[in-house]
Amino acid sequence: MLQHTLQHLFDEPSCATNRAKDPKARKQGCGGKPLTPGNAAGGCAFDGAKIVLQPITDAAHLVHGPIACEGNSWDSRHSLSSGPMLYRTGFTTDLSELDVIYGGEKKLYKAIKEIVARYDPPAVFVYQTCVTAMIGDDIAKVCAAATERLHKPVIPVIAPGFVGKKNFGTKLAGEVLLEYVIGTEEPDVTTPTDINLLGEYNVSGDLWNVTPLFKRLGIRLLAAITGDARYHDVTKAHRARVNMMVCSQALINVARKMEERWGIPWFEGSFYGVPETSKSLRTIAKMLVDRGADVSLLKRTEALIAREEARVAEVLAPILPALKGKKALLYSGGVKSWSMIAALQWAGMQVIGTSVRKATDDDKRRASALLGDSGTLWESLPQREMYAKLKAGEADILLSGGRTQYVALKAKTPWMDSNQERHTAYAGYDGTIAFLKGIHKALTNPIWAQVRTPPPWEE
Amino acid sequence: MASAQANGKNVTVNPLKMSQPLGGATAFMGLNRCLPMLHAAQGCTAFALVLLVRHFREAIPFQTTAMSEVTTILGGADNLEQAIVNIVERAHPDVIGICSNGLIEARGEDIKGDLKAIRARHPELARTALIYARTPDYKGGFQDGWAAAVEATIDQLVEPLPGRNLRQVNVLAGCHLTPADIDEIRDTIEAFGLAPIILPDISGSLDGHVADEYVATTQGGTSVKDIRGMGRSVATLALGQQMEPAARLLETRCGVPVDVFSRLTGLLPWDNFIAALARISRRPVPQAIRRRRSQLIDAMLDGHFFFGEKKVAIAAEPDLLTGLSCFLNDMGATITTAVTTSQTPALAAVPSKTVTIGDLDDLETGAAGCDLMIAHSHGARVAERLGIPFFRAGFPNFDRLGAAHQLSVGYSGTRDLIFELGNLFIAGNGGMHATTASH
Repeated sequence: MLQHTLQHLFDEPSCATNRAKDPKARKQGCGGKPLTPGNAAGGCAFDGAKIVLQPITDAAHLVHGPIACEGNSWDSRHSLSSGPMLYRTGFTTDLSELDVIYGGEKKLYKAIKEIVARYDPPAVFVYQTCVTAMIGDDIAKVCAAATERLHKPVIPVIAPGFVGKKNFGTKLAGEVLLEYVIGTEEPDVTTPTDINLLGEYNVSGDLWNVTPLFKRLGIRLLAAITGDARYHDVTKAHRARVNMMVCSQALINVARKMEERWGIPWFEGSFYGVPETSKSLRTIAKMLVDRGADVSLLKRTEALIAREEARVAEVLAPILPALKGKKALLYSGGVKSWSMIAALQWAGMQVIGTSVRKATDDDKRRASALLGDSGTLWESLPQREMYAKLKAGEADILLSGGRTQYVALKAKTPWMDSNQERHTAYAGYDGTIAFLKGIHKALTNPIWAQVRTPPPWEE
Repeated sequence: MASAQANGKNVTVNPLKMSQPLGGATAFMGLNRCLPMLHAAQGCTAFALVLLVRHFREAIPFQTTAMSEVTTILGGADNLEQAIVNIVERAHPDVIGICSNGLIEARGEDIKGDLKAIRARHPELARTALIYARTPDYKGGFQDGWAAAVEATIDQLVEPLPGRNLRQVNVLAGCHLTPADIDEIRDTIEAFGLAPIILPDISGSLDGHVADEYVATTQGGTSVKDIRGMGRSVATLALGQQMEPAARLLETRCGVPVDVFSRLTGLLPWDNFIAALARISRRPVPQAIRRRRSQLIDAMLDGHFFFGEKKVAIAAEPDLLTGLSCFLNDMGATITTAVTTSQTPALAAVPSKTVTIGDLDDLETGAAGCDLMIAHSHGARVAERLGIPFFRAGFPNFDRLGAAHQLSVGYSGTRDLIFELGNLFIAGNGGMHATTASH
């Protein structure tokens, strides 16, 4: 069954990476080059599946495997909840040597039963891992039995780490949503302005910077998939009028198949930076009107955009002079590779280069067009080279994730978190304000001059 | 005297335990110019790396053999070979510390045989030490992996040598010790005119220094050359019960006598350590050390009012649990709940009726009504839910600064710990927490 799903994803027609591949390359897998032993970095498919599904806040997420998979990773992602907290409880079968020898299916069933009895969640997601996949534990069978006996959706997530990279796991999780969740319940009411956001995980509250805008426009967010989600909202997402895909590659299979099954048109957009936020709001309004929403939505959207853009400009006016001409190095991936460039350029900053890991050809084209001749696109930038650039003062600040944070700091260069582990929301107009204020705060801290001063006895 | 028992649940809720390979790789980070590597799928390294980066707030060198579904079926030898060759070509480490995981060990891979064959095929690896620690993640936890890596290092690098260096002592440092603890231990040993070889020495590599250039391996830590010379030492000091098997191996192979110090926090335990150094060095105890001892006694006198009959719940790995719980007991507190990760002989010393091999959920169940909770950072939310003052100890500590510089061994470290915990008790008595209102 896994083989079937995998093959299916490699053939995903909307995936730019797939389109670009010859048939032989397509068989090899998703997510770019195969991994090089001894020179690889990044998360696995299980990690990706967790990123997509764990933000369903009222569900229990049970990891079937030895302690490493959950013990080393639980409660480390900052997808926030406005209500239920069960998703932050780490559940694992923590397999022992005997379980590996005799099989872990019985223990898994008992674990599911204990969780349902104690927490009574609306659903349990059960994650397969490498070891349990290898010893042949049939988690789909156990989940089916549990669903029947416990009268509760118990959903197998078959994305063991060794089948591919993080990106691939997000797609496998998308398939799980399509197969077991989306479309299994009907909403009580629908409106002509119902939308879903796909690939928005409410990292540090990103979603909450956007939902007030929707509210003011009378747009109803049927489901964010899966930021701050409740299980029973995701089941009804198939009645939306428009899907916005927020993180380019991650859930493209979900967007396309929802269009195929339920005729929901979709577009890819971003809420990073003023220009992209305005553009995304315009696109949503236009697509909703095309599908029968009241035409006045267009006018109201323009009015909101004008007000918000003026507000952002006013709030940021005092700090923009200090940002002007400052050079940033972006080490991110996917849609952020171009949407963050636009946000920085809007503030008058210069981007000397960006990584385009995990980015589609389309992402790369956009990034390249924005950078012009003044910046470089890197497929990968080894830490040694990144360090050399920062040490040489080629950039004033590094925007990246936690794993490269200390490359910047050890080069005595300002750094700001732009990844999913960050603690601040950067989406929407308020997020843009926070984003640029954050950069300003990092650049203007007085420590930089001090730590770069050699001691007086070294002349 | 405690008897350790499993919690009897089929599901682990809010894990306390980290994996064996993560512990093993962290120990390898205490070797100089080392590149630790997991022989596993790439995600294992990614998760572990994130934890290490968040705990130490450092760039961490850490690689993977990037096993896939297909290579799992075919066997991991090719990936292991490619990874080693790639690492040596790119990063020129003195040593590669390889930890296996459950996937590899359940397949029953012959890694020692693989390494032999790889060496035979690649003469360019002659100057790189390769150490393999067997660390399946379906067994034990972080501490067991750390111990396995240290034992593997000794087993694979140390040979008997002629002659004894009467000034050289081996120090095998358990994972319950921070870089600051190790610095304190080294300074104390040197104060007796002895030259310690500390294995592993994370005080050199993970102490938060800023180097002048980029290096792809660890910078600082025990050198391979020093490790190879350990057989000449006059004594081995095993710090933590977890280090005893490695110390015994060294004793059997090279005849170096062993002293085991199951804990170094508290007046009498550190007295024993100092006495051992005086005996080995045949020197009197320096005046500065005597003065710090007196300061600790004063801190105990000042602090005991606030510790007496306080109820404390602790979740930690075995040696850390032993050290902290005995220290608190020495100060008059009662350990009402003790939770740990794996069964070890050290647990017998824990001054609590029972020790549960369990998770933070067991800690939460047992901690209601306590005056203080101690655990790693994941315990913070548990303490918050129960409204109990919380002290962070162990790995990982990702939500406070200075994990590497937390000192709790020796006279000074114990003195500071009395002040820190005593202040938590004082704050708790101020009516801030309902659970201590009755005091």
